[in-house]
Amino acid sequence: ALRGRHHQEHPRTQMAHALPSLTYDYAALEPFVDATTMNIHHTKHHQAYINNLNTALDKHSELKSLSLEELNIKVTTLPEDVRTAIRNNGGGHWNHTMFWKWMAPVGSVNHAPIGSLKAAIDKDFGSFDVLKEKFNAAAAARFGSGWAWLGVKEDGSLGITSTPNQDNPMMDGVADVKMTPILGLDVWEHAYYLKYQNRRADYLASWWNIVNFDTVVELYDAQAKK
Amino acid sequence: SRIAPSTSLDLTGLGGGQQIAKAFAVLSVIAFANAFSPLSGFFGSNLQLRQASTSAGMTMKIELPPLPYDYTALEPKIGRQTLTIHHDKHHAKYVAVANQMIEGTEMEKDDCSTVVLKAHKAGNQALFNNAAQAWNHEFYWKCMKPNGGGSIPAALANQIIKDFGSVEAFKAKFAEAGNTAFGSGWAWLSWDGTKLVVDKTIGAGNPMTEGKKPVLTMDVWEHAYYLDYQNLRPTYVTTFLDSLVNWDFVAANFAQVTK
Repeated sequence: ALRGRHHQEHPRTQMAHALPSLTYDYAALEPFVDATTMNIHHTKHHQAYINNLNTALDKHSELKSLSLEELNIKVTTLPEDVRTAIRNNGGGHWNHTMFWKWMAPVGSVNHAPIGSLKAAIDKDFGSFDVLKEKFNAAAAARFGSGWAWLGVKEDGSLGITSTPNQDNPMMDGVADVKMTPILGLDVWEHAYYLKYQNRRADYLASWWNIVNFDTVVELYDAQAKK
Repeated sequence: SRIAPSTSLDLTGLGGGQQIAKAFAVLSVIAFANAFSPLSGFFGSNLQLRQASTSAGMTMKIELPPLPYDYTALEPKIGRQTLTIHHDKHHAKYVAVANQMIEGTEMEKDDCSTVVLKAHKAGNQALFNNAAQAWNHEFYWKCMKPNGGGSIPAALANQIIKDFGSVEAFKAKFAEAGNTAFGSGWAWLSWDGTKLVVDKTIGAGNPMTEGKKPVLTMDVWEHAYYLDYQNLRPTYVTTFLDSLVNWDFVAANFAQVTK
């Protein structure tokens, strides 16, 4: 009965984290995000976070039973000798895994909110345009490396925030504003420098053309059920 | 190419004599700069000399000095496009924003180091970020030179050996600082009053805020190396140490801070 099963130390132990495949080609987000950036961002930067995360987890195999999401949420409770490494690299792995799903080739998905998400945006921001303005302002104001986020706050309303480095708003005791992210944008320079250089504002404006709102709606609806 | 001011000359609020004095001051700086325009290496091909003004009518204290070398001078280790954007866009913006923030305050005539330390003391993060980045970049350009690297002047080398064991050990420590500064940051060699120390800082961080005296810095914000090295920060760091550092400048800094 055990033939063909992967060897596991414990039934709940996760396999080592691995790079998820994209559902589209590296060139598929052109001209808004260039193919070279997508390639390096995925195969080098994201891969490095995964490698470093696995290395950290090898030092504390008891942590391998936690999901990636749990590692992020509980980051401040992790053993001190791996806490920063898991914050940086577990954060990086989660953030980038979601980032690829938050983008899709033009015309392949909804690129604007629909349904109950649209209603929530209209209620909490006034309109999708206002949401974009506020989101872009948060993204532009993030000094150095980080991310901008749209998320569902503990009271169920939508909020916008940004975090430094590879932090995210799920991290208890870390993020200024605790939220469940439903949309995130990478503003580390590696996400846009080859095409946009210093012109982060141009990157922000372009990015909305490829946002995958089907994913955002799915995440919002799942959160609304809780 | 001729250098033109990027903003128009604002003479409002000034009395007649002040208007003339200010206009003369600004125009003479522009005339001076344009007189040197054939020497493209002096001001660079894309530099716009900004003349921001205070209510007192004179130019701001925080300056955007030109690069100490041509935009192509560090090729292929750091490319022309990188230097052009890094200096004319990133560095220039920090200078402009810092000046806007200090205008009309008691800091408007202070030099950059003073603004950095006052901002830090006051917990004014936004001003600190811009003023410190202005300071850091001016220092960084001078820490490099064409055909840099090579041997370290004796007095500095001896101190490095004393404090790190060997030049190789120091370089390894400095490289590690640069490679492990997560996100955007800087690697530093500073004098702490009794010895040389290596630090890494995040964002605009500068060891002066801890009372140390920097003698060498290396920018590891991705904009410093991404066009030339992409994700390969360690290659940039090694190249910096082996082939870019202006050890004469670093040695002069060391002599200055240990006087």
